[in-house]
Amino acid sequence: MEISDLTIQKAHQGLIKKEFSATELNKSFLGRIEKLDKDLHSFLTVTENLALLKAKEIDALISAGREIPTLAGIPLAVKDNILVEGVKCTAGSKILEDYIAPYDATCIKRLKRQGVAILGKTNLDEFAMGSSGENSAYFITRNPHDLERVPGGSSAGSAAAVAADLTIFSLGSDTCGSIRQPASFCGVVGFKPTYGAVSRYGLIAMASSLDQIGPIAKTVKDAEIVFNVISGKDEMDSTSVEKEERGEWELKIKDLKIGMPKEYFAKGIDPEVEKIVRSVIKKYEDLGANVEEVSLPYSTDHSLATYYIIMSSEVSANLARYDGIKYGHFSKTAKDLFDFYLKSRREGFGQETRRRIMLGTYTLSAGYYDAYYLRAQKIRTLIKEDFNKAFQRVDVLITPVSPTPAFKIGEKIADPLSMYLSDIYMGAVNLAGLPAISIPCGKIGKLPVNFQIIGNKFEENKIFEISKFFENL
Amino acid sequence: MISTKEVKHIAKLARLGLAPKEIEKMQKDLSLVLDYFNLLKGVDVSKVEPTSHSISKSGVFGREDNAKKKKLEEADKLIDAAPEKEERYIKVKEIL
Repeated sequence: MEISDLTIQKAHQGLIKKEFSATELNKSFLGRIEKLDKDLHSFLTVTENLALLKAKEIDALISAGREIPTLAGIPLAVKDNILVEGVKCTAGSKILEDYIAPYDATCIKRLKRQGVAILGKTNLDEFAMGSSGENSAYFITRNPHDLERVPGGSSAGSAAAVAADLTIFSLGSDTCGSIRQPASFCGVVGFKPTYGAVSRYGLIAMASSLDQIGPIAKTVKDAEIVFNVISGKDEMDSTSVEKEERGEWELKIKDLKIGMPKEYFAKGIDPEVEKIVRSVIKKYEDLGANVEEVSLPYSTDHSLATYYIIMSSEVSANLARYDGIKYGHFSKTAKDLFDFYLKSRREGFGQETRRRIMLGTYTLSAGYYDAYYLRAQKIRTLIKEDFNKAFQRVDVLITPVSPTPAFKIGEKIADPLSMYLSDIYMGAVNLAGLPAISIPCGKIGKLPVNFQIIGNKFEENKIFEISKFFENL
Repeated sequence: MISTKEVKHIAKLARLGLAPKEIEKMQKDLSLVLDYFNLLKGVDVSKVEPTSHSISKSGVFGREDNAKKKKLEEADKLIDAAPEKEERYIKVKEIL
């Protein structure tokens, strides 16, 4: 079997039928990382020992004739803002250059319980702030489909590694498209669960009311397998919720109602991208689904502005913890405590991180709070209500992921606003806390294009069924 | 346009050291983004309640404030992460 054909399901079958051992499986991925990642730069840390020790354990279980979980021995790459005990965790920042994770994130704990083999930690924009991967303090990850282009961000390495078959699946985090947009630029499946479905314990916080961990994989089924393992209530995250038993939801295509939000197909979108996404909707329609146009007036331009105010406000509060005292980089030349803060943070944070801390401090500061932060929270209510209204009429919404395919390295880095606009279709979902998936559906030249399915809160099962239907066409 | 005085004030609040050249760049970048935020001024929010969290479930913040027993090794790992320490104490520059 070709390594590029391996999904979680197929690899699991291969293991239990003894077509290959977990050790062989992991060694072949480690070999590919060694060979190919010097051009791609998707990994910040490779944890060969961790993967091979686990593989050996799983092989012993298989030899003993024991039953193994679906994820046992399956290679995983983890975004480097999610803690894996005893492994360096940098968040793509110099301020955490030497930081060793003291414990496992809850999602890692749950995956380890299944026997997953961790290959390493993947590159990201510093503290997950960016849409291209170029804000990493270490190096730029390249798009496997075109090395001159970005893989998207911020889960840059996690998406590139799956696309280049350097792992079978990976974990990312999504605050404004950071799973879905790189999945689109790299042509793989990326899933952002409902806010609260997956514990954020052990995820380095960026914007706590928006952040959510999710899988990047080759198929929808694989993403679903991973989601089922990592989701559920965790006492270490007070915003995580109990898994609700919704039972099976069966897709009857003739009863399916798809909403097409007109604002997502307005000016600014690449006509080729629009054509591809419209053809996806047409396919569902031709097979019997009902498609209707809906309007979400605040969900594109307004949501991006709203997102930037709320996110940077939360960032400025969350990143106050990097003081050079508890952990991370500290200044060796400071004369007093105040100077120590100024220098440690200046030396440790990169440009985009500093920009967002400044922006958030400004929008929360006396005299501006009402004009920016409070107003943004109110518009967040309107965005949420618009979605609520839409979901009274339709099952899911289908939209583009990004207005363009992967752009060139360096193309947008000097202009923060044009970089932010590549996530124009992403933020409303995070503001409303909804689940959404990014699925490959076409190419422009050699560059992949994905579409997005947005579901109502906690209706992950609907999204998976509707996605699999498309995947199987 | 935000003034350099404001940029310096914000940097101080954020405990962020900025070189003179960076202050100028920050002034330009922040002004650009703040201008973009102006589009929100056109929305009537007079009768709208703010949302701080998208998913509201009762009892989310209702747990008892109880201390939990942790293993000493766990605490030691956290202390180990501090760059400057003496025994089990974390060193901070003097403040008085």
